[in-house]
Amino acid sequence: MTIIKKMLGGAALLALTSTAALSEPALMYDLGGKFDKSFNEAAYNGAKRWAEETGNSYREIEVTAEAQRVQFATQLAERGFNPIVVLGFQNASTIEEVAPKYPDTKFAIVDVGWLDLPNLRQITFAEHEGSYLVGMLAAMASETGTVGFIGGMDVPLIRHFACGYAQGAKSVNADINVVANMTGTTPAAWNDPVKGGELTKAQINQGADVVYAAAGGTGVGVLQAAADADILSIGVDSNQNHMHPGKVLTSMLKRVDNAVYDVFANGVEGFEPGVVTMGLGNDGVGYALDDNNASLITADMKSAVDDAREKIIAGDVNVVAYYENDSCPALDF
Amino acid sequence: MDFLTLIQILDTTVRLATPLLFACLAGLYSERAGIFDIGLEGKMLAAAFFSAAFAAITGSVWLGLLAGMGASLFLSAVHGLASITFRGNQLISGVAINFLAAGLTVLIAQDWFQQGGRTPSLAGAARFNEIDLPFQSALADVPYLGPIYSELISGHSILVYVAFLTVPLTWYILFRTRFGLRLRAVGENPAAVDTAGVNVIWLRFVAVGICGVLCGLAGAYLATGLQAGFVKDMSSGRGFIALAALIFAKWRPWYALFACLLFGFFQALSFRPDVVKAVLQFEIPGQLMDALPYILTVVILAGFVGKAIPPRAGGEPYVKER
Repeated sequence: MTIIKKMLGGAALLALTSTAALSEPALMYDLGGKFDKSFNEAAYNGAKRWAEETGNSYREIEVTAEAQRVQFATQLAERGFNPIVVLGFQNASTIEEVAPKYPDTKFAIVDVGWLDLPNLRQITFAEHEGSYLVGMLAAMASETGTVGFIGGMDVPLIRHFACGYAQGAKSVNADINVVANMTGTTPAAWNDPVKGGELTKAQINQGADVVYAAAGGTGVGVLQAAADADILSIGVDSNQNHMHPGKVLTSMLKRVDNAVYDVFANGVEGFEPGVVTMGLGNDGVGYALDDNNASLITADMKSAVDDAREKIIAGDVNVVAYYENDSCPALDF
Repeated sequence: MDFLTLIQILDTTVRLATPLLFACLAGLYSERAGIFDIGLEGKMLAAAFFSAAFAAITGSVWLGLLAGMGASLFLSAVHGLASITFRGNQLISGVAINFLAAGLTVLIAQDWFQQGGRTPSLAGAARFNEIDLPFQSALADVPYLGPIYSELISGHSILVYVAFLTVPLTWYILFRTRFGLRLRAVGENPAAVDTAGVNVIWLRFVAVGICGVLCGLAGAYLATGLQAGFVKDMSSGRGFIALAALIFAKWRPWYALFACLLFGFFQALSFRPDVVKAVLQFEIPGQLMDALPYILTVVILAGFVGKAIPPRAGGEPYVKER
């Protein structure tokens, strides 16, 4: 009995000292993993940039199973990390459960904008606007008049991507045929490059010559199959142009890195709760242009897209969000 | 739906059925010898990683294939040791192998390549490229037969042809050779085989070994044939679909071929909702297509359509009477 008491006391002491010693920020990745060359990796790049610039360190943790979500978030809060950035809409319920228990800890969540907590910063992205721009590029690059979209798990967020893409493609060519497929309905759909590759081949058979992948690790297979078949693909979240130089038309950038960097840089003192939307106006989304795809994007394409970008920022062009009424004017699911 | 679309769907079917077929035949050898193998998935995954890793390092897909088969054989040996030598529970050993493979592959990949649990992309001789059979372009214009030959039969990687040739080979080995007779007998009544003076333990180890080699081929095909590199968890349940196909096929090689083709066909159809809609005039959700293999297996297991009778001594470690 005394041994147990001592151990408990020791554990409590340890917890206390660690709380006192640390005010490091922490980052919790979503399923898909830190190096998914996409969403999570973008967040990692932001955190890394902050660490390199400030010389401070941060804690990171990777969720590999559903059951770990609450457990890991609680652990981070319990150990005194502050602020804590959590990635992914699938963690909305995690935060709803954990954040109220630690009112002094600042939380931030990416891809969620519907919670109401005083110590939570919610960062959403206008993915439909970025997707609209790459949809325009796809339609201008397509010679067959058919472009494809391959999503990961069939969830509203991914439909949101698809919807913006279809609207952008149709703004260039009203008759364009947009083929959209989802890889699956379970989280395994984020990590099935074989299925992604076969879906790409199926879309090529339907005439698609530009395919946009918003599918995490599955997208690796999409880009590979597109490069093998000598058609163009579009990457997502991070800049994926380098994966197959000259074969990836562009990448829809979602600057999760900036979002994470900002939260880390502001720290606990500069923390601002509330909902923040990162769109075209504040460089939250955009399309990637570098040496790898410079030859694919002509001056005409660039000026058309940059023009559309200005109009969307100014409000002259309205890109309908899928969330508005859970349906898309340009695409049936 | 026109003829060419049908050919394209069947083409996808063949590609998707190949890993299932390898894994299904792998399970067939093992289970016919009385060793249930839940670990097909894990062995495929390990083989997928090691084949891609060695192909990336050496630049030769054949060395990669050997490494993949080696990794799969190693896991088979672990399974054999646990369930044959030490008479442990075969299902638990199989589940353990699945977990081991899922974790180890990512861990080693991160240590070797620092690309977040994946291997570098393979190109050129480091992957199984599609091979064109002779005369395919000459015959391509012949109506009907031309597209069938040049699109459907030609233009796959060599492992696809190996998979299809393994079916008659398996049938011959199991049903026309003395070794096959003994292997099947070991799964039905090991005591009788032992009485006849044949080494039960050795036979079971050989069967588990063949299972390892075939799972190695399945994994190598995923990572170096269908795709160009390893991504974590890339087998995504195909080992379990192969198990379902094995039950659906009632542990017979030719039925296994048809079961795998059927399951591959369902997947191929789920990629073409436009075709399904055009033919049937209504939409079938892709989720239903994905679930069909399991639904059909349950129907078979429930005994509605024929009866699936597993090898009688399956799952039981053999204990020599004293």
